[in-house]
Amino acid sequence: MAIVSKQQEARQKILTALENQYTTVTFDDPLENDMVLNMGPQHPATHGVLRLLIRLDGETIVAAVPDLGYLHRGYEKLAENMNYHEFIPHTDRLDYLSPLANNVAYVLAVEKLAGIEVPPRAQYIRVICCELARLASHLVWLGTMAMDVGAVTVLLWGFREREKIQDIWDLFTGVRFTTSFTRIGGLANDMSAQAIAATKIFIDELPASLDECENVLARNRIFIDRCEGIGYVSKEDSIAMGLTGPLLRAAGVDHDLRRDEPYLVYDQLDFHVPVYTDGDVLARFYVRMTELRESVKIIHQVLEKMPSGPIHSGNPKKVLPRKEKVYGKMEELIHDFMIVNFGINPPVGEVYHAIEASKGELGFYIQSRGDGYPWRLKIRSPSFVNIQSLPMMLRGGLISDVVAVIGSLDPVMGEADK
Amino acid sequence: MKEKLLNKLNTHFKDSIESVSEFRDELTLIIKKNDIVKVCQFLRDDEELHFDSLRDVCGADQFTPENRFEVIYNLYSLNNKFRLRLKVRVDENDLHVPTVTSVWQTANFEEREVYDMFGIIFDDHPDLRRIYMPEEFEYHPLRKDFPLMGIPGSLPLPRK
Repeated sequence: MAIVSKQQEARQKILTALENQYTTVTFDDPLENDMVLNMGPQHPATHGVLRLLIRLDGETIVAAVPDLGYLHRGYEKLAENMNYHEFIPHTDRLDYLSPLANNVAYVLAVEKLAGIEVPPRAQYIRVICCELARLASHLVWLGTMAMDVGAVTVLLWGFREREKIQDIWDLFTGVRFTTSFTRIGGLANDMSAQAIAATKIFIDELPASLDECENVLARNRIFIDRCEGIGYVSKEDSIAMGLTGPLLRAAGVDHDLRRDEPYLVYDQLDFHVPVYTDGDVLARFYVRMTELRESVKIIHQVLEKMPSGPIHSGNPKKVLPRKEKVYGKMEELIHDFMIVNFGINPPVGEVYHAIEASKGELGFYIQSRGDGYPWRLKIRSPSFVNIQSLPMMLRGGLISDVVAVIGSLDPVMGEADK
Repeated sequence: MKEKLLNKLNTHFKDSIESVSEFRDELTLIIKKNDIVKVCQFLRDDEELHFDSLRDVCGADQFTPENRFEVIYNLYSLNNKFRLRLKVRVDENDLHVPTVTSVWQTANFEEREVYDMFGIIFDDHPDLRRIYMPEEFEYHPLRKDFPLMGIPGSLPLPRK
């Protein structure tokens, strides 16, 4: 009440003063007062439903507090109440820009728990899955971040390229977006010759389009001015804040799980891990641009080396049989019935498995009590941890830099909120 | 690395370690609740072990009469490329655990998540609020006694 009457009083004073043409009006200096600004959860530049409360001194940010939970769907609770296979479609909805990588990360954790070995062809196809997902995710990042700092052209170019990736996903998983492609112990389908041909054409053409995008941005005065020195985070801070992925590599830490803890067949592939030491938005831009090119290189190698052979591990008690066999053979019908109704019953124990997803370390921690469903499943999502360092990056910067920093962080709220 | 780690911990913190187990090449240590900060500080600052990065903190509800809850710390050493899992057992009657935010800043959000989902209170945490659920929500959804479908009326709809 007191505040309202005070406001009315001040307003009345101003109005009376304005009516008298001989008075000079002095206002309080607006820069002397802090302003609290609410960004989101419905804000085009926050990439989803991230809410940010910012305290401003003039145009300078004094403090920022991220507020999460607007997309919380309780996937960890759901996972405890369904068997291991049933959770695969839910992993699509975590980082919805790279669903295939999430599928792979989840089944790798379950396979580690159950002790299942996957045949080489399936592993190579999974590498293609991960790298195509990284390409798709980074292309959206490129477009949206460039748009956030004012370059709308690159958004359209980025989405044009991503559209081609989704056409490839359509060919080899059957859907464009929510793929649910992997199975425990294998894959839903083998990669057809048609899909391989489409991938080849795409990765041959992509570097030219990347050059096109980079030429528009990397030598653009406005883009450089808006990115250089913005959102700085030091090497020590980035380790203490638990940053992973491109953000960590842009701050000078040479760490990539694909190389440091090789999973699938990454140890047989030759790729370079880009590391920049500036720790600002521009460094993150260069890290991701280099990663895009490295992914192309990896897919080239995988397509060359990919052996032929089965895509399912031969463990009928754990791996779902092919559907056509279920309809025709008694053994497979029984196994299908047992796996669908009672689950795969991995041994008692706990495992954690992480992959280098496009945003950072995506890990699944599973506690098993020997039942068909996980006792506890924890998703270590990179976006959730990365968002935590937003206040550190924003403090002392300008209000107009907020969108650039969020763009460089590349958070996906489906993953951060779980 | 494993032997070195266990030797060092055994010489310095013999009484703090309750058990050591290994499954699928992953090492899990159960640490006494009140010593967790001390052990974490040692693991981070020791020059050879150098667990400079905390990758995850999560809770688990074992639904046992004693020591019902667990808090699990997933540590990673960037230099040694080695992972270690620490565990702390928490009884339902005493839900307090010392915070490790003084050792790794990243524990802030993750401990808030454990508080939100399991109701475990981290002593001396700088900002212990719920992170996903609204602040006025009374329950802790990842506890095993919370039903999957939720509790009717526990989340009021926004007023029109």
